[in-house]
Amino acid sequence: MSALLITGARGQLGEPSDVLIRDGVIAEIGRITDAPSDTARIDAAGLDLLPGFVDLHTHLREPGREDAETIASGSAAAAAGGFTAVLAMANTTPATDTAEAAELLYDRGRTVGLVDVQPIGAVTKSLAGQELAELGLMARSRARVRIFSDDGHCVHDARVMRRALEYVKPFDGVISQHAQDPALAGGAACCHEGELSGRLGLPGWPGVAESVIVARDVQLARHTGSRVHIAHISTAESVEILRWAKDRGILVTAEVTPHHLALDTELVRNYDPTFKVNPPLRPSEDQEALRAALADGTIDAVATDHAPHARHDKEHTFEAAAFGMLGLESAFAVVHDLMVRTGRMTMGDLSQRMSRNPAAIAGLSDHGCAIVAGAPANLVLVDPDRTITIDASESNSLSRNNPWHAMSFTGAVHATILRGRLTAIDGKVQQ
Amino acid sequence: MTRHLLSSADLSRRDVETILDTAASMHDVQRREVKKLPTLRGRTIINFFFEDSTRTRSSFEIAGKWMSADTINLSAKGSSTSKGESLRDSVQTINAMAVDALVIRHNQSGACRQVAGWVAASVINAGDGTHEHPTQALLDAYTLRSRIGALDGTHVAIVGDLTHSRVFRSNVITLRTLGARVTVVAPPTLMPAGIAAWSQRDGFETSWDLDAVLADDPPDAVMMLRVQRERMSGGFFPTAREYTVGYGLTRPRLATLLASRPDAVVMHPGPMNRGLEISADAAESGASIILDQVSGGLAVRMAVLYHLLAGEESE
Amino acid sequence: MTRPEDRPPAGAPLDPLGRTVLTANDIRRCLRRIAHEILEHNKGAADLVLLGIPSRGVELAERLGHILADVEGCPAVPVGALDITMHRDDLRSQPTRAPMRTVIPAGGIDDKIVVLVDDVLYSGRTIRAALDALADLGRPRAVRLAVLIDRGHRELPIRADHVGKNLPTSHAEKVQVRLRGFDSGEDVVRIASGAGR
Repeated sequence: MSALLITGARGQLGEPSDVLIRDGVIAEIGRITDAPSDTARIDAAGLDLLPGFVDLHTHLREPGREDAETIASGSAAAAAGGFTAVLAMANTTPATDTAEAAELLYDRGRTVGLVDVQPIGAVTKSLAGQELAELGLMARSRARVRIFSDDGHCVHDARVMRRALEYVKPFDGVISQHAQDPALAGGAACCHEGELSGRLGLPGWPGVAESVIVARDVQLARHTGSRVHIAHISTAESVEILRWAKDRGILVTAEVTPHHLALDTELVRNYDPTFKVNPPLRPSEDQEALRAALADGTIDAVATDHAPHARHDKEHTFEAAAFGMLGLESAFAVVHDLMVRTGRMTMGDLSQRMSRNPAAIAGLSDHGCAIVAGAPANLVLVDPDRTITIDASESNSLSRNNPWHAMSFTGAVHATILRGRLTAIDGKVQQ
Repeated sequence: MTRHLLSSADLSRRDVETILDTAASMHDVQRREVKKLPTLRGRTIINFFFEDSTRTRSSFEIAGKWMSADTINLSAKGSSTSKGESLRDSVQTINAMAVDALVIRHNQSGACRQVAGWVAASVINAGDGTHEHPTQALLDAYTLRSRIGALDGTHVAIVGDLTHSRVFRSNVITLRTLGARVTVVAPPTLMPAGIAAWSQRDGFETSWDLDAVLADDPPDAVMMLRVQRERMSGGFFPTAREYTVGYGLTRPRLATLLASRPDAVVMHPGPMNRGLEISADAAESGASIILDQVSGGLAVRMAVLYHLLAGEESE
Repeated sequence: MTRPEDRPPAGAPLDPLGRTVLTANDIRRCLRRIAHEILEHNKGAADLVLLGIPSRGVELAERLGHILADVEGCPAVPVGALDITMHRDDLRSQPTRAPMRTVIPAGGIDDKIVVLVDDVLYSGRTIRAALDALADLGRPRAVRLAVLIDRGHRELPIRADHVGKNLPTSHAEKVQVRLRGFDSGEDVVRIASGAGR
């Protein structure tokens, strides 16, 4: 593989620097004048060089719903969004609840080669919430599964959750919990329970259905001495519990999605299923708590919960439509615009939340690395000053359930580099 | 006048009064031998009912036919669950046939608003989930107005399962539009989420205590809502008899009301659970205008069809 | 119950630059003459039913009814109202409005001599709509038309049997009829400049 030279990049390097990449690693940083003539070059003047983003929560839909997304199209969307690794949720058809299923995903991801696809294993067989899946075999497999989640469903049986938390300790696994007590928010619940759900006549999804599970699971984690991860945290109450737990040294981490940070429940007023998601969009009070917690680090990571859906699965009544929104391609722009441009976080903070912390939670040592010579070249170049307007029709995803259409954000991904290979530049994915 | 009737909020006060005035004339037509007006001749109206309802559907069907429109009934069984077929698919074929109006009843809230975004026809909400039922609110207002006159300052109490009631949601809007005062009464488990902020924003009162309302602030009209027995198994309240004791319009309660408001009227959108939310006596008493509500429905629907379809295209 | 007829009158302000063509006294004499013509043609008041076309036709019909009874010395002539809103042929070109009430007197119209009464006869489309409306209400023996003003410009083969005054006008002119009992102020008919009617 030929070398790649990035010139004049800013970021964690202090002064604008050149970065030479060779054989998949960072070879040299500084003023580089003697690169070979066949070296590909990227002019990074005005751009920040960061570790490639890592998404703890993506739905790639393959196997089972290749009409909505495939590993190939999802990887392309990830690369365009600046990601060098994505954790693929297990609620495919069939579910990723065996080593074989995990290896299938892992191999397919490597073949496509646009992003490191790291399978997440189901906690329970068929995501049924009853019996533990073969967590150990998945961990030992080629896919080296470390994160386990029944996402889509809550592991609501306390005993099953406790066993799972205990069981993954030998291989430093972590359970990512979709916190939704089904007795308080059942399958029909679809709109934040409050004045709007009352007026609209939509089944409410009260914030307490999430926080009771978060409260239970941090205590179970304390009791078992395990790690636990809270997926797509969405309420102020859950954030309070997170703080309480971290203050006591409980090994809990949490992720928040760009849409919960940026979009509020009022968008549901016209029953547009584009804005239907689980957990639902919340009112501004919850959003403010999420933003503050992301800024001060109580929430460790941003994760997209990229959830592509075929058009016909969304063109239903609000109650009947599928849950989920696209997120891979717009994540950086949204978070940068909302949190960095406004001064609530620095670019360094953003890099922590979108690269370093998720890589650490997932146990991916090749990603989220400091940019030093010898480090694997999993990088992203971003332009903090460029304003983009999202066009839903232009997407690498196969799906179009995009809540960001026609919105503008300041902050754009310029180029993504996976193990020294350029996977995307200026919005175009390099196959 | 608005192009669609999706919510009672689509109608201004003037719109509501115009429709009610028109309904009075339409009521006359019902009494004639030739029950026909040529006004909507050449228009095609599809009654697309995703949820069964003999009464509302026949009311709309007859209303359309008496206005000389071509009315066609279609029923769709919960098409949303069929794999690969969306709600949009279901209405797309109809849209391609360039019909003038779709009257839609659906068991899920918001269905009509979504369909309105996908078709060229006027969409009339005949009841969507627990959201709204605008023509019911209009016929309730028409019936009440026919009996007691203008509704400004009239006090109406709406009692029952508010959480699951589209009749409540539409009625609160239309009654307030006409200047009436509204108090809603239900046990806490049957009050919708956010009712405190909602009632304050929209200017109506809430209470858990029916007897207190009847004693301290007796209404001019009580509208009893149907209680579905499934709500008991859903844990919303323990038993039917406890519900009736706390929130039913029993004979003694009606007597208390009539003692301070001899002209008070009793309403119910139907169908009734006699003995549960309303005693048989109350339903058949002289104060009851329940049967008038039924006959008023046809006149109101003729008026709605006329105002939405006969004039120049709005919007 | 609030009846539409109880609503306050909606006549536009009279154009001060217009000219009066009929004063209150003129109108009174016209109505008296029309009453005599009706009685002459009908050989009395038997089986007469007057149906005014809202809005001002109703007021005129009521007055005619009284004059007829007065002149003939008979008990009241049945008077009603025939709203034609739902039968108009031009609904699509304007916003809808609530119809006025149609009131058919107790004896009905079957086998009666129905005299339609309106204030101004113009294109004839209102009368065509009235004939349609009448057809669904019964079968009169004969239908006649009495109008206060015939301003010409017929678009259909319709003519009035009894005319208060023939008034040649241009389309640009507006005929303004005001009647005590419906409008405020005295009876008057004026022509104003300005488009349409």
